Amino acid sequence: MAAGDLLSNIELISPTEFAKRKIASIQEYSLLAMQSVANLFRRPVYIADIVQQADLVGFGSLPIVLASVFFTGAALALNSATSLSRFGATTVIGQLVSIGIVRELGPVLAGLVVAGRNASGMASELGSMIVTEQIDAMRALGTDPTKKLVTPRVIATVVMMFFLTILGDFMGLLGGSFVASMLLGLDSHEYWSNAWQTLVFSDVFMGLSKPLVFGFIVSTVGCYYGLSTKGGTQGVGRATTEAVVSAMILIIVVDVFVTRFLMVILGS
Amino acid sequence: MAFEDKLVLDRISFQLPHGQTKALFGVAGSGKSTILKLALGLLKPDGGHIWVLGQDITQMKENDLFELRRQVGIVFQESALFDSLTVRENVAFRLMEEGKISEEEIEKRVREALSFVELERTINMFPAELSGGMRRRVAIARAIITQPEILLYDSPTGGLDPVTSTTIVELIIKQRDVYKTSALLVTHRLQDAFVMASHRFNRATNHMERIPKGERGEVPMTFLLLRDGKVIFDGDAHELATTRDEYIREYIS
Repeated sequence: MAAGDLLSNIELISPTEFAKRKIASIQEYSLLAMQSVANLFRRPVYIADIVQQADLVGFGSLPIVLASVFFTGAALALNSATSLSRFGATTVIGQLVSIGIVRELGPVLAGLVVAGRNASGMASELGSMIVTEQIDAMRALGTDPTKKLVTPRVIATVVMMFFLTILGDFMGLLGGSFVASMLLGLDSHEYWSNAWQTLVFSDVFMGLSKPLVFGFIVSTVGCYYGLSTKGGTQGVGRATTEAVVSAMILIIVVDVFVTRFLMVILGS
Repeated sequence: MAFEDKLVLDRISFQLPHGQTKALFGVAGSGKSTILKLALGLLKPDGGHIWVLGQDITQMKENDLFELRRQVGIVFQESALFDSLTVRENVAFRLMEEGKISEEEIEKRVREALSFVELERTINMFPAELSGGMRRRVAIARAIITQPEILLYDSPTGGLDPVTSTTIVELIIKQRDVYKTSALLVTHRLQDAFVMASHRFNRATNHMERIPKGERGEVPMTFLLLRDGKVIFDGDAHELATTRDEYIREYIS
């Protein structure tokens, strides 16, 4: 009986139906993403909402981004030291941490942390507005929800991700510096000199381009799942979880393609 | 109009003349709220046309509908107030978004609208601090601030106690009789609609009063009953009370 009840609650859909739903979702997401950018060139532009979102995303995520990248930098230095000591090359830890953090770990980690914190927040907030008909009320009162709610979040997240990554990168280098000087006995001045001098334009360009893409992913995915919420409070919970998971996976996957693309463009 | 495979509305057709109030009835899931959303263009029908104030809204894009929606107010089932904004900001929302009116004028009109629903004292409060009935009244204030020609009420007394429900019905009658607004009223409570059909607003006493029996035919109020997505009754209170349809008689008994 219990197995029968369980089976009766499982919705079976055909592969064709599954594929159709997924393609429809991708289409709707793409339209929302394009509209969020197009709204920048249409009035009104909600400056106050952009500033408010920038505060929530930027300052709100700052402690956790700084802490995450700091400890990642420290862990990177610690792990690198083990390998480099075999070749007697621990003095290049600064270069290794610098390139690793600036090109890859800083942006990706900041993106994942912001995805976890803010994609969920956006999805749950907009999802709650959907199930309580506040989005319908907004449309009934003559306001375009994508202009009022989505575009400010997208702009704020893209801009704030840029600055969060810069600060996160510094904290990552600082973490590596602590390990290098406190645990490995390296000269911190040498560490920072090596870390700074090893960076070239392509490293910095790559490291600061990725946050823009990741910020766009986090905000558009969060808003998409929020605005697509169905099914009351349970639906809001589901949307929140899916937003975080999708944003994180997308960041990791897109990172590979963006890295390769930029390597080709920059010739590095 | 169908949602996935479920047909909700099937060849619905009715008219709402100027100044008239039409009460929509039907069992849960019969498409009453869907009709209101269709009337405002929040949903698009699968087929057919909807004319609102002389314009075919089924052919209009979302941006074009914003101007028309200025003339149509809606009170949602659960009020749908913006919970991060104060009562003032909720009621003034449309005026602030338009940006054409000064702050002083907005403040004046917000107070007027809140005074109409007798909630001026809540102007700085948040929706979470209000009772259900108060939220419903604030939602009415928000809907009427632009003095729309048509008002759509989605279960305005749903979930409220009888005393508060009477307060809401009185406000709807006041809006009908003072401003001669046309209205579509979705309700589960037959008694609310019958009260509206048998009462009028007295400006001198600021309360509703029972209309003498001989004068009730003058009340601009009709009833629409839905069943299985179709209209099974469209007429006034007298026709409803004297109908011989078994299902309708059982519904109103």
